Amino acid sequence: MKLEVVLPILIPLTAGALSLALWRSVRLQRLLGVLATGLLLAAGIWLMRSTVEQGFLVVEMGSWPAPYSIVFVSDVLSAIMVLLTGIIGLAIAIYSLASTPTGHEKFGYYPLMHLLLAGVAGAFLTGDIFNLFVWFEVMLLASFALLTLGGERAQMEGAIKYVTLNLFSSALFLSAVGLLYGMVGTLNMADIAQKVNSLEDPGMITVVSLMFMISFGIKAAAFPLFFWLPASYHTPQVAVSALFAGLLTKVGVYALYRVFTLMFTQDIGYTHNILLWAAALTMLTGVLGAAAQFEFRRILSFHIVSQIGYMLLGLALLSPLALVGGVFYIMHHIIVKTNLFLVSGITYRLMGSYELKDLGGFYRQRPYLAILFLIPALSLAGIPPLSGFFAKFIVVRASLESSEYLIAAIALVVGLLTLYSMIKIWAEVFWKQVPDHVTDGGGLNSGLQPRHTLAYYAPVIGLATCTLIIGLYGQPIYSLAEMAAHQLMNPQLYIDAVLGGQAK
Amino acid sequence: MKSNTLILRTAALAIMPLQLMFSVFLLLRGHDEPGGGFIGGLVAASAFVLYAFSFGVGSTRKLLRVSPKDLLAVGLLFGLASTIPSLLAGEAMLTAMWWQLPLPGEGYLKLSTVLVFDIGVYLAVLGTLMTFVIGLMES
Repeated sequence: MKLEVVLPILIPLTAGALSLALWRSVRLQRLLGVLATGLLLAAGIWLMRSTVEQGFLVVEMGSWPAPYSIVFVSDVLSAIMVLLTGIIGLAIAIYSLASTPTGHEKFGYYPLMHLLLAGVAGAFLTGDIFNLFVWFEVMLLASFALLTLGGERAQMEGAIKYVTLNLFSSALFLSAVGLLYGMVGTLNMADIAQKVNSLEDPGMITVVSLMFMISFGIKAAAFPLFFWLPASYHTPQVAVSALFAGLLTKVGVYALYRVFTLMFTQDIGYTHNILLWAAALTMLTGVLGAAAQFEFRRILSFHIVSQIGYMLLGLALLSPLALVGGVFYIMHHIIVKTNLFLVSGITYRLMGSYELKDLGGFYRQRPYLAILFLIPALSLAGIPPLSGFFAKFIVVRASLESSEYLIAAIALVVGLLTLYSMIKIWAEVFWKQVPDHVTDGGGLNSGLQPRHTLAYYAPVIGLATCTLIIGLYGQPIYSLAEMAAHQLMNPQLYIDAVLGGQAK
Repeated sequence: MKSNTLILRTAALAIMPLQLMFSVFLLLRGHDEPGGGFIGGLVAASAFVLYAFSFGVGSTRKLLRVSPKDLLAVGLLFGLASTIPSLLAGEAMLTAMWWQLPLPGEGYLKLSTVLVFDIGVYLAVLGTLMTFVIGLMES
């Protein structure tokens, strides 16, 4: 039994149960938070190593043979996602030491965080479509609670939109799973993948695949049902925002990647064309929405939407290069976006606001923070030699190779507008003087408490370093993305790995 | 909130032990027949809810002795602990493991990780529901 495949799920689950048992002591919970996410990261690295060396890793739960058991499958894409979950988890756990209000910690912040990570890791590793639904629910349950922790008015308002749309999406997902099960009689993804091709009525499969597309599209915040995201992500405390921004929508993107490379490739001209235009519109609406915003975290939230478009674009083109681009983009984006949210948390802590008009003067008084903002911000906009440049370059090049010139043009314009938004934040928050109406008493001069400084800056510096590494030392990362894309392009590999020789 | 009807109080005292015994019966029966940890936990929780309605939250807390949150946490840990034997034996996770303990005299006792898991579910369901109910009644 390959322990590394189940550890990324077991570690956060155990940590969640333990920190619930330790609910009386916030101190122990904090320690456990850092320890467990550190272990999760280590497990992620282990998983990545074994997956790269041995190829697909398959574990059949309860020793029941596939396709009857729930299987956990790790291919390179899953391993990449789990590793990123570990990185983000650790960064957030450290950041939370300083940023979490004590009230939140007493009301189960840490158990919920672990539960969320378990849900995310489970969704990345499962090879069973119904089990995927279960992990989605685990994740959403934890995120609902985290989103409303603190119980402020704005949070409730955001949470209502978030909950309503996500429940709708879950219901749609479940109905689609039911219909699919009715047609092929199995829930194992590999088994479904080989059976859908021999069905008499391919039209029904296309209908079901569109239900999956809408459901995962909502969770990934793709056009047109993305508005729950900018309505809710800026409301909770910043560590929660950063965690959501990094991981949650990407689970939706991952599910789309999995389902539309493995199971639904019968009618590419139809389904993937819809994906293509959804991707283009997602990019555009996201970035235009961001241009109209003047609140730090709302701008960043709209940019999540716009970036999701690039990832979908990689999937929609479905060429090897495009998938490499998409996977590369996911890696780059998760790290950069989380980091930007973390920086916004530091500026909030220093000046007590997320509104751009109330912020200012950071470049003069905190030049290091300004640089730490510039690295992810310019990377997001796609300035070489940072990670975002290569991610965008591959995706745009893939769309040119597929003769989608209009899409490529949109991607480039969106990149430019992203730069505009980042410059806007730069000019307002970092470059301009401290606004007159901001009193100096509580602001910049008081600074962070010394014992908090490390917990605030260490994750930001760590993630910025990751961005630089992906940008400057990109070859190994690129080959990883290439391996992932190769496996995605050849679903038969996945099917053979899960079902072994007994297939057909 | 607590009810002052004599009928409810008297009835609760009579019904509650039956419910608790029935919940354990359901828990143990659940492996092959209808029952199991979830439904057992629900029945046990309904017993305590009935008690809370008749005698108030304070005395229910006393009756439970431990905080419902602890019940929930212990339940989750039981569930996780049930995965350990299969991992130690090198089997796939959640593979059911069985042991037979010889009893003094005739016969033997059958123990399994499935039962450990079910006890975990039982406690977790009981703990969750009691956390909700006590929280709601106190607010």
